Amino acid sequence: MSIPGDLKYTKSHEWAKLEADGTVTVGITHHAQELLGDMVYVENPAVGRQLAAGEECAVVESVKAASDVYAPLAGEVIAVNEAVVDSPEAINQDAYAAWMFKLKPANPADLAGLLDAAAYGALVESEAH
Amino acid sequence: MLKQTPLNSVHRAMGARMVDFGGWDMPVNYGSQIEEHHQVRRDAGMFDVCHMLVVDVTGTGIRDFLRHLLANNVDKLQIPGKALYSCMLNPAGGVIDDLIVYFMREDWFRIVVNAGTAEKDVAWMEGQRAATAPQLCIQPRRDLAMIAVQGPNAREKAWQAIPGSRAATEPLKPFQAAEFAQYFIGRTGYTGEDGFEVMLPVAEAEALWKTLHGCGVAPIGLGARDTLRLEAGMNLYGQDMGEDVNPLEAGLAWTIDQKSPRDFIGKAALQAKPAAMQMLGLVLLDKGVLRGHQKVVTPHGVGEITSGSFSPTLNQSIAFARLPLTVAVGDTVQVEIRDKLLNAKVVKLPFARNGQSLINN
Repeated sequence: MSIPGDLKYTKSHEWAKLEADGTVTVGITHHAQELLGDMVYVENPAVGRQLAAGEECAVVESVKAASDVYAPLAGEVIAVNEAVVDSPEAINQDAYAAWMFKLKPANPADLAGLLDAAAYGALVESEAH
Repeated sequence: MLKQTPLNSVHRAMGARMVDFGGWDMPVNYGSQIEEHHQVRRDAGMFDVCHMLVVDVTGTGIRDFLRHLLANNVDKLQIPGKALYSCMLNPAGGVIDDLIVYFMREDWFRIVVNAGTAEKDVAWMEGQRAATAPQLCIQPRRDLAMIAVQGPNAREKAWQAIPGSRAATEPLKPFQAAEFAQYFIGRTGYTGEDGFEVMLPVAEAEALWKTLHGCGVAPIGLGARDTLRLEAGMNLYGQDMGEDVNPLEAGLAWTIDQKSPRDFIGKAALQAKPAAMQMLGLVLLDKGVLRGHQKVVTPHGVGEITSGSFSPTLNQSIAFARLPLTVAVGDTVQVEIRDKLLNAKVVKLPFARNGQSLINN
């Protein structure tokens, strides 16, 4: 199981990374891509969109199923990864390199409310049983 | 508690992701579903289809019984081993199940039915038997396992895995079966590729699976099975047809004998309600993925997708859709996906056969 220690996680299987400039990069976890299987479509939010924490804001689709992606925390979308829209399989190859969008958090302290790697690992473990 | 096939532990040992498929614990993929799909189109793959049920009908007068029970005409079956795809309809013309029936001898026909409908099917057949042909015996064969080996190299590899079977099965035409030793081998499948479906005693299923694997046949999960059958234009029970769907609106008219004077269950009801819709293929022109139950907007009225997914062979999304009769092949229609209308082209089914796309964009 691949759960990097320097990232934060949500119960809905997004990862969030605090960058040096204070922005937050978001993607879906290795576990999420494993459940969904081969990715064939990614739809990102528009740059400039204001997201509430937990808001449905993107979609990933594998051959098997469509899955909503939720904003890990409130903020403004400041960038989206066009490369992952063109090549959704990049998420299967490395879910933590294939980021989806970047947020400017409304309140940077919100990040502390997300799961750490140990808590996310426990969640994944409990869902497996 | 999910039901398990005799190959359950083998799937787990091979790293399969298992899912609940109609009450059965089945492999959905072993690794990449798209790679598994290509493996079948380009070489050979094998499927655990032990969850499907073999039903043997034996006794005197089977042909008459099946003439009445099935919508397709068993009189097309004259050569021993020949098989026929048919719907089994209820009196209202709805599809109880779709099945394959093999004619072995006048006193032995073999039927293979879907897993999810197996109990209902057997109960229906048993009721019909008791009412119209009490001398017959209907025997569900849970003592038999079934493995499908599919792909351009499938037959060659099956012959390696089952020594001595080549002479008995090489002459088989598509939709024909033969017995060899403890095996019942039919040149049938659900992928649009050449290959066999092999029935054998449950105790020997694991050994055959492992031998086939050793001969270079890759295990394929239900995920790829679904995209393969979709490209091949083959219906899935419960999705593209069912008891509440007119089979004439589900692309099944070719399987329903409307020519012979023979009466069969459901015939009168179908004659009383001609098709108002038709089943056609869609190829998505915009980015996205077509899925079941999405609404299709056309200048002639609305339709609905019954099955949709991503086609690895075409590298774009495809679907079956139930559309108004006046929609024609070549039309562009729109599919509603998450409040957006995306363009799709109407095409003839199937999308692919024997490894090749049949769609020219």
